[in-house]
Amino acid sequence: MTDSSPTHHLAQLNIARMRAPLDSPAMSGFVDRLDGINALAEGSPGFVWRLVDGDGDDATGLRPLGDDTIVNMSVWETVDSLWNFTYRSGHMEPLRLRRQWFEHMGEAHTVLWWIPAGTVPTLDEAWERLNLLRTDGPSAEAFTFRSPSSPPSPQN
Amino acid sequence: MRATVRPRSRRHTREHNGRMDHASIAAARALADPVRRRLYEYVAASGDEVSRGGAAEALGLQRTLAAHHLDRLVEAGLLEVALGKTSGREGPGSGRPAKLYRRAERELSLSLPPRDYELASRVLADALERCGAEEAVYASAREEGRRIGGEGGDRPLTELLEERGYEPESGDGRLLLRNCPFHSLARAFPPLACGLNVELLRGVLEARGEGNTRARMDPAPGRCCAVISKNNTD
Repeated sequence: MTDSSPTHHLAQLNIARMRAPLDSPAMSGFVDRLDGINALAEGSPGFVWRLVDGDGDDATGLRPLGDDTIVNMSVWETVDSLWNFTYRSGHMEPLRLRRQWFEHMGEAHTVLWWIPAGTVPTLDEAWERLNLLRTDGPSAEAFTFRSPSSPPSPQN
Repeated sequence: MRATVRPRSRRHTREHNGRMDHASIAAARALADPVRRRLYEYVAASGDEVSRGGAAEALGLQRTLAAHHLDRLVEAGLLEVALGKTSGREGPGSGRPAKLYRRAERELSLSLPPRDYELASRVLADALERCGAEEAVYASAREEGRRIGGEGGDRPLTELLEERGYEPESGDGRLLLRNCPFHSLARAFPPLACGLNVELLRGVLEARGEGNTRARMDPAPGRCCAVISKNNTD
């Protein structure tokens, strides 16, 4: 490992409660965009990894939080790289339209945290981080874009 | 009175906190000089790094005079010197790196009497997100855009956008907007502020009857989230 290799990567979990079943016409605007957005993420600077279910192209088949809630989880090199993909790319338009497909959640639905580079987060761990954010607010262990946290120093 | 000088980068330091701060007053004082004002506007409009020689030539000034005023603008926090750039553009001499200037990233704002609409906008944006009222924001923005577009009368679209601080730039049949008038809000609440912005622009175009012109969301690092596509030239 060279000196410039980061010791930590940024993990991200997002959960979303669907207004209708994924295969219903009401959700087609979202479903039709999904492959393109996933490809965009994979081609974005700083992309490391994203969660997919066993035989699928994405994570929409995983429903750890109930049938109406889909999850996505990914790993990025830096906060900026994820920020630029999320808010400064073609991802922004579906994000703007998200209320057409997903219910408003009264509490945090996205959480960020640092993981050792080269590892992959688990959904259990991600769910714990989201709950930590929901109960304690942003911290070094579970944070948001609006209250970001620096990666742990290499000595740790 | 309200004067705001905005950066083009999304990274910035807020100087304005509702009080008259010294940095903002110094900046306003620096711009009172007409030569400095022209230099600031030239560097800001270039959207790039500008050399002393380039600025002097563009404005018909002596190079030493331009250099003097550019450095005053740096002291006032309105411009930044691009560090570590080596360039042969500055002509003969010592071989030192050329001093290049660009608009400062920090945001300065001076309101008299003191006002802090930014803080209010952040609180309001957070509240709107908490209750999921984005669609209502977009509808209000569209309506406000129609009002602005209607008041603009027959004036060219680019003039209207310029006036609103968008710094439009034509190219390839479209208008790129180099500055986001809602910069710090868009940084903190991107979907909300950028959605507001796109709807505002759509309202402007609608009121002007610009049938073959449309505003769409097309964000990229370093500029406003909206792009206006034109099928004709105006």
